[in-house]
Amino acid sequence: MSTSEEKTKEVSANADSDSGGAIILFFIIGFVASLIAGWIIFPKLLYCQKKQPIDFNHVLHMEEVDDGCESCHFFREDGTYAGVPKLEQCVGCHEEAVGEDPEEVKFVNEYVAKEREVPWLIYSKQPDCVFFSHAAHVKTAGMDCVTCHGPIGESTSLKVYEENWITGYSRDIWGQNMSGLKEHAWDRMKMDDCAECHVKNNVKQTSVQTKKGACFVCHK
Amino acid sequence: MKIDRRSFLSFIIGGAAGTALSPLPAKLTDDLSIWTQNWPWTPVPEDGEAIYADSVCTLCPGGCGISVRKIDDRAIKIEGMKGHPVNDGGICILGLSGLQLLYGPTRVKTPLKKTSNGGWKKISWDEAIAEVAENLGKLRSEGQPQALACISGSDQGTVPQLFRRFMTAYGSPNYMCVPSSQDSYSITLKLMQGAQASAGFDIENADFVLSLGSGIIEGWGSPVCMFKANSACEAKKGKVVQIEPRLSNTAAKADQWIPINPGTEGDLALGLAHLIIKDDLYDKDFVGNNTFGFDDWTDDKGKSCQGFRQFVLENYGPEKVAETTGIDADTLTSLAKSFASASNPVAICGRGQGKRPGSIHEFIAVHALNALKGSINRKGGVWAVPEPNYISWAEPETDAVAQKGLQTPRIDGAGTEKYPYTKSLLNRFAEVVGSEGESPVKMLFVSGANPCFTLPDTGAVKAAFENIPLVVSFSSYMDETAKAADLILPNHVFLERYEDVPPPAGVNKNVIGLSKPVVDPQFDTKHAGDAIISVAKALKGSVGSAFAWDSYEACLQETMGDKWDSLNEKGFVVPDTAPACEKTYTTPSGKFEFFAAGYEQVTIEGDEKWYPLILMPYDSMRLSSGFIGNPPFMTKTVEDTVLKGNDIVVEVNPLTVRESSALFVKDGDYAILSTPKGKATVRVHLSEGIMPGIVAMPTGLGHTAYDEYLAGKGTNFNELIGPVEDPASGLDAAWGIRAKLANIAS
Repeated sequence: MSTSEEKTKEVSANADSDSGGAIILFFIIGFVASLIAGWIIFPKLLYCQKKQPIDFNHVLHMEEVDDGCESCHFFREDGTYAGVPKLEQCVGCHEEAVGEDPEEVKFVNEYVAKEREVPWLIYSKQPDCVFFSHAAHVKTAGMDCVTCHGPIGESTSLKVYEENWITGYSRDIWGQNMSGLKEHAWDRMKMDDCAECHVKNNVKQTSVQTKKGACFVCHK
Repeated sequence: MKIDRRSFLSFIIGGAAGTALSPLPAKLTDDLSIWTQNWPWTPVPEDGEAIYADSVCTLCPGGCGISVRKIDDRAIKIEGMKGHPVNDGGICILGLSGLQLLYGPTRVKTPLKKTSNGGWKKISWDEAIAEVAENLGKLRSEGQPQALACISGSDQGTVPQLFRRFMTAYGSPNYMCVPSSQDSYSITLKLMQGAQASAGFDIENADFVLSLGSGIIEGWGSPVCMFKANSACEAKKGKVVQIEPRLSNTAAKADQWIPINPGTEGDLALGLAHLIIKDDLYDKDFVGNNTFGFDDWTDDKGKSCQGFRQFVLENYGPEKVAETTGIDADTLTSLAKSFASASNPVAICGRGQGKRPGSIHEFIAVHALNALKGSINRKGGVWAVPEPNYISWAEPETDAVAQKGLQTPRIDGAGTEKYPYTKSLLNRFAEVVGSEGESPVKMLFVSGANPCFTLPDTGAVKAAFENIPLVVSFSSYMDETAKAADLILPNHVFLERYEDVPPPAGVNKNVIGLSKPVVDPQFDTKHAGDAIISVAKALKGSVGSAFAWDSYEACLQETMGDKWDSLNEKGFVVPDTAPACEKTYTTPSGKFEFFAAGYEQVTIEGDEKWYPLILMPYDSMRLSSGFIGNPPFMTKTVEDTVLKGNDIVVEVNPLTVRESSALFVKDGDYAILSTPKGKATVRVHLSEGIMPGIVAMPTGLGHTAYDEYLAGKGTNFNELIGPVEDPASGLDAAWGIRAKLANIAS
């Protein structure tokens, strides 16, 4: 009996260590798989890659204009910000193609000739519930464009626009880094990033319009 | 290695731990919250450069200037136009919601023809015009041009006048307009001052306003202008006394609210006249030099006639008036003193928004009060504003058929010996046309009006419409009348069309405005002016040649002549002429004439025995009760003491319930409201703000047409009331109807 009992124990001990190994192994498989899914697959699935309708060379244009970014991205007379230029501004120079770049030819033929606005995809577009005034930041606070938008003026072509399937906004709002860490001020454009700067610079913590604080500074 | 259930669980736990350490949960939560806060199907206004297009609002006769903010071709917001003489930047809730009338789902997008099964078939404009012209031609060839009738929302301006011209050229005298208290005022001015004018009130400069039920801040006259005038009057420490049975907004904001037995407002005016005359407080200069009929006088035949002084002194003593009006004698005395001691007092009438005409006797009594203090055509008083004369087209030439048709009597009896000053009597329309048998009207045009909703005894009006072989509506919206029509020739809405705007109602400002297209027409619609010109041209002959203009715009431009450029540029012109008529009094005596007899109260419909209560309408700025239906933005602002869910709420004094042996309701309970004209299920709101014995019901609800946002909400007051003819003018003078409230049988 005793031998058979010992045998049984041994078998069960073997089985235990066997099953223990399997448990750890499966834990690790599950753990690693979900980390891969969360860090690599999920971001790929969350964003769809879109190409801008026309590739645009900022460097080339910066050489031509006198007034830097504001030459095309200007403030209107009433103080509102024009954002991405409309066809109206482009035709000033591009009534006809001025160079031989196929992108420019495409722009002239597809949009200028047909008087169609270019459906630019806007990397920095914020949800409609956010109130943001360029005038307050640029004109009043004297900030430069790079602080929030990065060195776009130094780019020779437009990067891929990564559109969030759920929200429809660009990946540039959350930032390339999925963990939310940033190296430069322009890496992210989330609420916390606005708040961080407002706190650091001791900006008046109430809304100009409503005189209310906290959320109401940006969410009117 | 053995794989068992525990391995599987371990895999899950590992997965959960890994997921928790990945950005997935935080990122997904964030994205979902952004998504739910910005539902992709919620429309967001376009972003871009804002431009402002100026125009004039024509949603009511107020004539306010508007600035429409646009981004590209899309109108984003309607704002009041700064510097405009009527509203100077102000705007009412209807004007603010106007974009929903442009972009909302209630519009008729193309000409429609009713099919035999009651549905609608889209037709082209050519087909629509041809069909109308063919039927008109047939009627004319049968020698019955008078069987064409036309209902217009207004009598002033080029579009109504084009319709009138069409009727004349075609040969029908049956052109009718939607009446309002302005008609009663016009007759009053004609009778007392001999003026062909409309009444304008200088509330802004008055220092004492005695309002007999006029909702100064409820949309009476030109709403925004009156709001501002009321505030200006208050700011200058002027006093406003509101006299009406219900605590309206105007009453609540007034310096004093005096509830009065409804329908006795004329008696009150005469009672005050009695006290003012008795104490010698009237303006002796004015009365002595500018009036006739104050003292006893002798007529041409040598018969002596009683003057106004003697008449009111004999018949309207404070005790008697106190009994009739329910206002005690002391209050009457102090009211008369305050009115008489003010330097610029004015008395006004026309209940609520003044959309309903009233008893001429009441208007005359109130106007006599103004004359006693000389508040006629002077600062802070009542002005006789001459009717606009900028439309000076040559009379159309008429052929033999038209001449014969024009000689037939009007179907409504207006302008006859009995009612010489009344222009039209739309209140008789349902009775004249009838619900069965041959209708004297074979074809009907409706432009700028919704009689199947706004006329009293709506049921009878609808039945009359069914009895007319062909009804043509020119409405932009699928309103009750358009729904009852056989053909719809949709007009552009107010933001898509040119139109002249005659001087605003109830204001002593001689402003002519120009409504301009702010956006391109959104659908296949046509300006009603163009449509009627096209119909006339299709008829050819003398009718066609009466409309020589190529288009409505050409007609308008020619009509406006040298005013056109400045109208187009500024949006309005203020003619040099003073707002008052050149010659103040053109009566037989050449003076302001007092009347010293025949002041009668209007008896409302219903037997007190069966209907112990009185149902009265009340108007509100938040409910559009005229031709234009409430846009959804406006309906959103209606309180639940007016509309609860889809139930209309009526106001009843708690005492009414306590004293009734048959009615047991608590606040918010359902009850059956019945009148001799109809029945409705209502909710009851117990309020001290309404006199006992009266049931107050909001107007503007109970639409059956338009869209899902408006139809089926509440009950239309007009279905519960019928017209009561005013003995002096023939106009509807019903201010209420007898009613009964009963519990719902359980």
